[in-house]
Amino acid sequence: MSLSPAFGRPLASVAITLTGLLLITFVIGRVIPVDPVLAVVGDHAPPAVYEATRQKMGLDQPLWKQFTLYIAEIAHGNLGTSFVTGRPVLEDLERVFPATVELATIAVLFGVLAGVPIGVVAASHHGRWQDHLLRVVGIVGYSVPVFWLGLIALLVFYAKLGWSAGPGRLGIAYDGMIEPITGVILVDSLLRGELAIFRDALAHVLLPAVVLGYFSMAYISRMTRSFMLDQLQQEYITTARVKGMSERRVVWTHAFGNIRVQLITVIALTYASLLEGAVLTETVFAWPGIGQYITSSLLSVDMNAVLGGTVVVGLVFIMLNLVADTIYGLVDVRARRLQA
Amino acid sequence: MSAPAGYRPDPMSAQLQRGSTLHGWLTTAEPASQWQASLGDSYVRALFLLRNPLAMCGLVIVLGLLAVAAFAPAIATQDPNAQDLAARLLPPSSGHWFGTDEFGRDMFSRVVYGSRVTLLTITCVVTIIGPFGLVVGVVAGYLGGWADTLLMRMTDIFLALPRLILALALVAALKPGIQNAIIAIILTSWSPYARVARAEAITLRGSEFIDAARLSGASAARIIFSHILPLCVPSVIVRGTLDMAGVILIAAGLGFLGMGAQPPAPEWGTMIAQGRVFILEQWWVATMPGLAICVVSLGFNLLGDGLRDVLDPKNR
Repeated sequence: MSLSPAFGRPLASVAITLTGLLLITFVIGRVIPVDPVLAVVGDHAPPAVYEATRQKMGLDQPLWKQFTLYIAEIAHGNLGTSFVTGRPVLEDLERVFPATVELATIAVLFGVLAGVPIGVVAASHHGRWQDHLLRVVGIVGYSVPVFWLGLIALLVFYAKLGWSAGPGRLGIAYDGMIEPITGVILVDSLLRGELAIFRDALAHVLLPAVVLGYFSMAYISRMTRSFMLDQLQQEYITTARVKGMSERRVVWTHAFGNIRVQLITVIALTYASLLEGAVLTETVFAWPGIGQYITSSLLSVDMNAVLGGTVVVGLVFIMLNLVADTIYGLVDVRARRLQA
Repeated sequence: MSAPAGYRPDPMSAQLQRGSTLHGWLTTAEPASQWQASLGDSYVRALFLLRNPLAMCGLVIVLGLLAVAAFAPAIATQDPNAQDLAARLLPPSSGHWFGTDEFGRDMFSRVVYGSRVTLLTITCVVTIIGPFGLVVGVVAGYLGGWADTLLMRMTDIFLALPRLILALALVAALKPGIQNAIIAIILTSWSPYARVARAEAITLRGSEFIDAARLSGASAARIIFSHILPLCVPSVIVRGTLDMAGVILIAAGLGFLGMGAQPPAPEWGTMIAQGRVFILEQWWVATMPGLAICVVSLGFNLLGDGLRDVLDPKNR
């Protein structure tokens, strides 16, 4: 019974948001200047074939009925066929999705490992030079276009210094050498005991992940800082200090222990925003993930692929939001009380 | 400056004012009129802002952007679209400060003219979504009930969806170009403004001066538009300033992916996309417009941060 506010309300809002997402992609699909029937039958089809296809696709139905048909199709996992690859869009997305998960996961790891300590240090040195310096580092993270940062990183660390492997997921020597199990090369190569491939994959993923993760580092450190400042002003901290506890223990055990729940929420939200950042980063680093799939489909006006990709990314986005809400609602007693 | 008519200072404050008249008049503890009080309030806030070095950096950058955009023809050393194939891909030099691109066009002049495209984009976006989000948020917050539920559900849908990807899909459907890019950014960016304005309106709704207005027979529309809305403007301005960097980055991202301004328009994101091919040999073609984006969005972020400290009711 105490679970119902934690699950029920977010679930209802997820349903509404999801309908909204599908309504938007549906409208976008209908306002394209390209006639969807012509795209299927070709320019020179006889009028009878054209009409038959139009009816088969349900385009003679009223719009609301078309919309319910559209929802039913998507519920059955049918996102249409890509004009470019000739395969079902869902199949294409299944193939490219693991690459994006791989990139976003390493990026969020970097964001957490760098962002959390930075935020804690800034808060425990509130108002001093460390705080100002880290604030500037954070603001710069919000101001740099990620695709440009990626290009500069390639120029410096790949072309000039030779510290990083080039674009793509693997070097030419290893390309296609690994039979996918999960589709995540870092995992697959370990499962198959191919350490050389693992090392090559790691060398390729680090640079794009750090570039992508810089923004999440900025966000995570800013949030960590403000959570920590809230905690450090509480009376129990003063008590701990008066008892003679070391400052390090006060900060890391007492204050930090109390912000972990909030941090998990922030990290889940960051993960969602990374999927979006991945669109631009993947394009720069020739990373064969969902972002590159969407952008290359954009250029060939392959709308089924674009909208299918949008639906999937939107879905993951909404789900991660739900996860963040649920964790927060379950673990934080105050939030539970507020919702009840 | 002389005191306004009807202003009768007591001897003490008159003495204080002899030292620094305008400053004293603005910071007096006993303002004689409403407009003296509000003028003084703005003055004190401006002083706070002036004392924040980071915010001042931001303000200088933003003013610089305005100046460069306004006087682009005077600042640019050449016509931004003049091609000179004999001078292709020249490195930065005294003749071409930022080098030249693959058509021999002067990069410095193109970056300077690019400020106009950027300014046009953010002006269009912010002047439309600021007031729109403000009205939606204030109406939802003041009326409450089903109006609130309906409007906020709509807001949540847009808030919960990936902004850039939706904008990309929209532009692809509408046909790539700067105009459609602006439309797509507007459609995907208004929701946070409504959230901010609603939160403010809800806290104001319960205050006594609103009760007083209601008791004296003011209509809901009058309360919303002449009492609540003006007080929500500062938070929306802060939100807008902080958001401008986001708008600039999204517009540049759309341009980079070929969905925004189309070549040969000197748009910074589009220019980076063109220079991408040469990045390893002729680094300046992609680097210079990217630096321009960084500096301008950094300026808006710094200014927004400073404004938040000054205007946020919690920091008073």
